[in-house]
Parts: sequence; structure tokens; C-alpha cells
Amino acid sequence: MAQHLLNIFLQAAFLENLALSFFLGMCTFLAVSKKIETAFGLGCAVTAVQAITMPVNNLIYSSLLQEGALAWAGLEHLNLEFLSLITFIGVIAAIVQILEMTLDRFVPALYNALGIFLPLITVNCAILGGSLLMVERKLDFAESSVYGIGTGFGWALAIVVIAGVREKLKYSDIPSGLRGIGITFISAGLMAMVFMAFSGIQL
Amino acid sequence: MKSFLAPLTNPLVSNNPITLQILGICSALAVTTSLKVSIVMCIAVTLVTGFSSLFISIIRHQIPTNIRIIIQMTIIASLVIIVDQVLKAFAYEISKVLSVFVGLIITNCIVMGRAEAYAMSNPPIPSFLDGIGNGIGYSIILIAVGFFRELFGSGKLFGINILTPVSEGGWYEPNGIMLLSPSAFFLIGIFIWIVRSKIKKDQVEATEYVILPQTQPSLQHS
Repeated sequence: MAQHLLNIFLQAAFLENLALSFFLGMCTFLAVSKKIETAFGLGCAVTAVQAITMPVNNLIYSSLLQEGALAWAGLEHLNLEFLSLITFIGVIAAIVQILEMTLDRFVPALYNALGIFLPLITVNCAILGGSLLMVERKLDFAESSVYGIGTGFGWALAIVVIAGVREKLKYSDIPSGLRGIGITFISAGLMAMVFMAFSGIQL
Repeated sequence: MKSFLAPLTNPLVSNNPITLQILGICSALAVTTSLKVSIVMCIAVTLVTGFSSLFISIIRHQIPTNIRIIIQMTIIASLVIIVDQVLKAFAYEISKVLSVFVGLIITNCIVMGRAEAYAMSNPPIPSFLDGIGNGIGYSIILIAVGFFRELFGSGKLFGINILTPVSEGGWYEPNGIMLLSPSAFFLIGIFIWIVRSKIKKDQVEATEYVILPQTQPSLQHS
């Protein structure tokens, strides 16, 4: 069991890295990766939100939305799956808000460090995409918790690495049209190729 | 007439959502392995952007500012659910290929970005045109990327053989990397390069550090 969960973690973090092989969270990935420090803060925030929302969404999906989930109320044939999109985004927005208020109250230092990035996370497709992939793969509660941590960690790793690359790129002589966002795309492509080398790893 | 249509035509090249505003990259990269799928995705995104801008603009005076994000999300999510259900009913195969990316139109930054930046402060008709225009600007890039990736990755367009692959007795050796994720990054990077160095020279980003002339490799080196 533990090995199975470790396998899910490694697969989510490296083989199927959300940023580099599913292209999720690309907008923030490109926009907030100019400095390693800010990238690291955002990466931590995404990991935390991902680790909380994924199991919560899993519970809601399996106990309310799935076909036959409402059998206890005498509604065996009710299939509320079409509501999952709007439910998930609501849950994510609510959890981001709660996390923001909790951090503000109990850990103000961390809140000040992450403050500006927290609201941004609601519209980060990595979070919603993770939940939708979790439904598509029919993960159970334990698996989805590990999957959440794994995908968050993988995304954080990718954004910190690209921020490191961009900090060095500032000093290079780049063709004028490629400067800034253009060269960032090319380096992200090279990074995606590097991450492809992880494919085939299995425990 | 020209200024009336400006919100529709501006985002096509000069203020393109992907190459300049850097919005909606996720789906642009992920769904472009074949042309047919990219076109379906383009239609879906254009419609959702247009109508969400229209509806948000209609109720913009009634939305309280501190909960506006949730309200915009609800409108967008409802439209996306309609698109998702229609696709599942009439184009089931394509909806399987698109999988989670239809749902991800909700968090596609183009939709939210235009709602926030334009529809919240402009009347309904221009907002609708702005939404459609940005959707089309996004589609241009998506279709271009999809064209190159399908043509060189599998030698086909719309599933019809153009460059007959070696496996079917032709001459073309399909370039597998075009179907994998890195090529999408490279293609969009190259598009941005072309747009900025040939068409829109004013979009070139400034360098933070200027390299002094004597440290650059000299061309007349003997």
C-alpha cells in the first residue's frame, strides 16, 4: 500500500508533472517566475492549497456527486456529475479564502510572505485541473491526498527551476524579438524535454 | 465604424491574447496535437469568452466589488458546463480527447482576464465583440500550432494523409517529438519571435542589462 502511494507521488511529481507535461498553471508559471524567492513562495502556496482541496473535492465527489452516491436518500438514479465543475471551483475559492484568513490570524509572517499570491491561486488551472484529473482517474481518498501533495510539489519544483534559469538569462545576449517571454517558452520546452527522461520510472 | 469594430479587430494581431498578453497558454499547448481538436477548442473558448463578457457586462452595475470574482466564476462555470454537455452529446469522441481541458476553460485566463479588464467597465455590445475578438486571436495561434504539430508529427491534416508516412509505404518519417509537450513550447516561442521581430517591432521587451560592445564577440575577428 505504502509503495503504491509512493508510486503515485513520484508519478504525479515527475513523470506527469502538471506544469511541463499537462501545461497546467502555465499563466502563473510564466508570469511569476522572474525571481526565485517569489517563485518559491508561490510554489509553497500552491502545494498547500492542492494538498487540502484535492481530498476535500474527492470526498464531495464520492459522497454527493457521483452516480448513485445519493442512494441513502432514496435517489439511486441521480447523477449530479455535471455539477462537478461548478462545485470544484467553489470549493477551491472557499478554501483559498479560508486559508488566507487562517494564515492572517495565526501565522502572520507566512501570510505576509505569501499574501499577494493566495488570491491568484483560485484561478490557477493546476488546482482545478488536478481535481478534474483525480476524478478522471477514479482515485480514492488516500490516493487523492497523496496525488494532491505530489502534483503540488512537482509544480513548485518546475516553477523554482524555471525561475533559476530566468535569473541567469537576464545576463545573456538574446536576439531582440526573443527577449523576455519568447526565450522563456524555449527554455520551458527544454525543461519539458528533461522531465521526459523520468518516464518509465516505476517502483 | 472603425472604432466600433476596434474591440473585435485589436486582439487579432496587435494585442493578441497569447503572444502579447500571455493569457490562456495552458490549453493552447495541451490540445494542439491535432487540428480537428484545436478547432473545436477554439470554437468553445470563443463562445465562452464572448458570452461571459456579454453577461458580466450586462450586470456590471449590480455586482458588489468584493465578491465579483466569485460571481464572474459562477457565470463562466455555467457557460462551460453548457459547452461540456453539448460536446458530450454531439461530439463524444472529441470530448474524450479534450478530457479535462473543456472544464479548464473556467480557469482559462483569457475568459477571466477579459471579464476583469474590459467587461467590468464597458457596455454589453463592445464587451461581447471584445470577447469574440480575443477568442479569435487565441484561435489563430491555436490553429497555427495545431497545423504544424499535426502535419509534422503524424503527416496528416484533419486525419487525412498529406505527407505519407514510411509505415504506410510513403517517404515521410513522422517526427514524434512534435506530438509531445516540448514542441508546443518551442512553436509558441518561435511564433512570438516572428511576431516581435517582423510584424510588431514595438513589442520587443527591454533588456535589464546592456552588454557593453567590447565584451561582445567581434565580427571582424581575424
